[in-house]
Amino acid sequence: MATKLLLEHIHVPGIETYDVYRSKGGYRAVEKALKTMSPDEVMEEVKKSGLRGRGGAGFPTGMKWSFLDRKSNNPRYLVCNADESEPGTFKDRYLMEKNPHILIEGLIVSSYSLGSNSTYIYIRGEYKWIVGILEKAIAEAKNAGFLGKNILGSGFDLEIYVNNGAGAYICGEETALLESLEGKRGNPRIKPPFPAISGLYNCPTVVNNVETLATVVPILNMGGDEYAKLGIGKSTGTKLISACGHINRPGVYEIDLGLPVDEFLNSDEYCGGIRAGHELKAVIAGGSSVPILPGELFLKNAAGEPRLMSYESLSEGGFATGTMLGSGGFIAMDETTCIVHNTWTLARFYHHESCGQCSPCREGTGWMEKVLHRLEFGHGHMHDIDLLVEIASKIEGNTICPLGDAAAWPVAAAIRHFRDEFEYHVKHADKVKGSRKAHLPNYKTATV
Amino acid sequence: MSQLFKITIDGETTEVEAGTTILNAARQIGGSLVPPAMCYYSKLKGSGGKCRTCLVEVSKGSEKDPRPMPKLVASCSTPIMDGMEVKNLTSPKVLEARKGVVEFLLINHPLDCPICDQAGECHLQDLSYEHGAARSRYEEARRTFDRIDIGDKIQLHMTRCILCYRCIYVADQITDKRVHGIMFRGDRAEISTYIENVIDNDFSGNVIDVCPVGALTDKTFRFKSRVWFVKPMEAHRDCKKCAGKATVWLSDSEVFRVTGRKDKYGEVEDWICNDCRFENKKITDWVIDGPRAIERHSVISLNKYQKGIKVEAPKNLGYGNTR
Repeated sequence: MATKLLLEHIHVPGIETYDVYRSKGGYRAVEKALKTMSPDEVMEEVKKSGLRGRGGAGFPTGMKWSFLDRKSNNPRYLVCNADESEPGTFKDRYLMEKNPHILIEGLIVSSYSLGSNSTYIYIRGEYKWIVGILEKAIAEAKNAGFLGKNILGSGFDLEIYVNNGAGAYICGEETALLESLEGKRGNPRIKPPFPAISGLYNCPTVVNNVETLATVVPILNMGGDEYAKLGIGKSTGTKLISACGHINRPGVYEIDLGLPVDEFLNSDEYCGGIRAGHELKAVIAGGSSVPILPGELFLKNAAGEPRLMSYESLSEGGFATGTMLGSGGFIAMDETTCIVHNTWTLARFYHHESCGQCSPCREGTGWMEKVLHRLEFGHGHMHDIDLLVEIASKIEGNTICPLGDAAAWPVAAAIRHFRDEFEYHVKHADKVKGSRKAHLPNYKTATV
Repeated sequence: MSQLFKITIDGETTEVEAGTTILNAARQIGGSLVPPAMCYYSKLKGSGGKCRTCLVEVSKGSEKDPRPMPKLVASCSTPIMDGMEVKNLTSPKVLEARKGVVEFLLINHPLDCPICDQAGECHLQDLSYEHGAARSRYEEARRTFDRIDIGDKIQLHMTRCILCYRCIYVADQITDKRVHGIMFRGDRAEISTYIENVIDNDFSGNVIDVCPVGALTDKTFRFKSRVWFVKPMEAHRDCKKCAGKATVWLSDSEVFRVTGRKDKYGEVEDWICNDCRFENKKITDWVIDGPRAIERHSVISLNKYQKGIKVEAPKNLGYGNTR
């Protein structure tokens, strides 16, 4: 039985209310931190826990916090990134919807550690109804004395504000998020300076994902060392995975990092296997921007060792034969899936969401989408496939923010692993013409 | 007072003040190792980082931390570190990336140079001569925009725009009030005024000078002449609004247009006001100081000025007033 830290009480009726949450041991972390620990001690616990950013990049959270400029006289800010817009990722939504207080509690503790007196939750525009849930939770916490002036007599003041985005994927990028929060156009900023030095309103700022901040609560409750014992290697603790696609049991699961992927995919506790009568074809392991992998390469790495659900194991083999854990948006596809259609859909998304600030992403995402559209609808040429690889390589790494990479990786990976399917679309253009069905029946192994 | 940092670019070493960007350090060395810049403009605060033409490879981070930087960096917005080593033209990765950027900039560009007033002094032309391919691989229809009228002095051709944001910074930093901005997102993003405003104030004409392409051109010069047929002359006049130092572009004794005095990186030395730019189109309005040297490798200079064809100030014509 896996450890449940974030989802422990998720099915308790009324857990979204303060009273029930409190009766299940809620806000203990706040009491512990504010009454018995100094802000630096809280940070030390987080460092010890080995917690890594759950938003996608997997950067160690304790280290990120330690970069915050504490010497300047400017106010410091903590911003919670709830702009969860990656296709395939819906873990934060589930957590905020069902158990908003764990996020509020995590925010209080983290704000205390970072010295932020105004903390913002930037939530995506499409999650409009969750704003109400969060605001209700904030009001309840304030009522109970966990927010406001001089919390628990510690002398620490904190207000949490919820800010609604307007439906732009790019505002999930931390500097674009800050621009948007300031009321400007959500264009990513040129770095340096990094937000830890000059972020929101040019003040030192830490931006963390919802799940990361919520995880601070169990870390304080159980202690950083204890948390670090969960998981495997540098992938410590538990992670929420939102699973969807052609699996029997789609949903949000909390796993111990290091769980074998085979178990995650096939055990009835989690995904419950691919739907009956079908077999696994491909997997997008961590949200739409990570490279797609053929089923075989996902289950076992190039050396034939079984893969584990961890940051390291999934990225084994680099991009040639590996992928990334990313934000935990797990999409499984069976053999009926047309990879070209799938890639086109993703390319269309990134084209639509590019902010248009820097040239490679603005022009390149649109170009890729058009070429993929051509291939998908039977107007493609053989040289288009290489052209796509070329465009992707020209975007990757040359843009201001990671959206360019996120747009380029899925296209490059799809061609790397499923080139024959793209070629089929060119050779049999009359048969394919925009059909979503896979055109290589009994498609099994991809050549590496 | 300030510290001097050592920096090596393409094998040339120099010392520059701490806090200088790689691009500006390169400009201090000068020559062909200076990365091209389409969006950075030294006189506009906050500009740069967007077009990605100035990407360079940092092969050594600094004396203290000699690790190379993992990605190519935008030289216009990356400050130097002591002992940094940068590769521009000597890095195949940079040249490849730059080729990519030029291709991206051109796929939706109308390539209407034959009828574009900017032709001959267009940075995108220069850039594609140097780094572009002879043929485009783009097979789709090019992007178009609805035309909007932004006033009787400035012509906006949105299809030619590369979204460098320079004109936005000019409006923010030089003029009183900005009425135009970027609307929409991604490759549908466009320079526009909200509800068809007119861009009109004393210094709005400077957006024409900063525009690297033909997206913003001078309506009073529109289709009058190719720029290489008119001669740039340094001239000045007494102006209450600006320094009055400009370049007037002459054909015989007729003033075809007035622009700011641009240096070899295409940046103006002084901003000029709209009176100087649009209203003083008689030769008698100006005191001619002499021919304007053009050092850039652009079309205008290739044929004439650099190769030693002398251009002298017109004599004995009684030009200029001595007010």
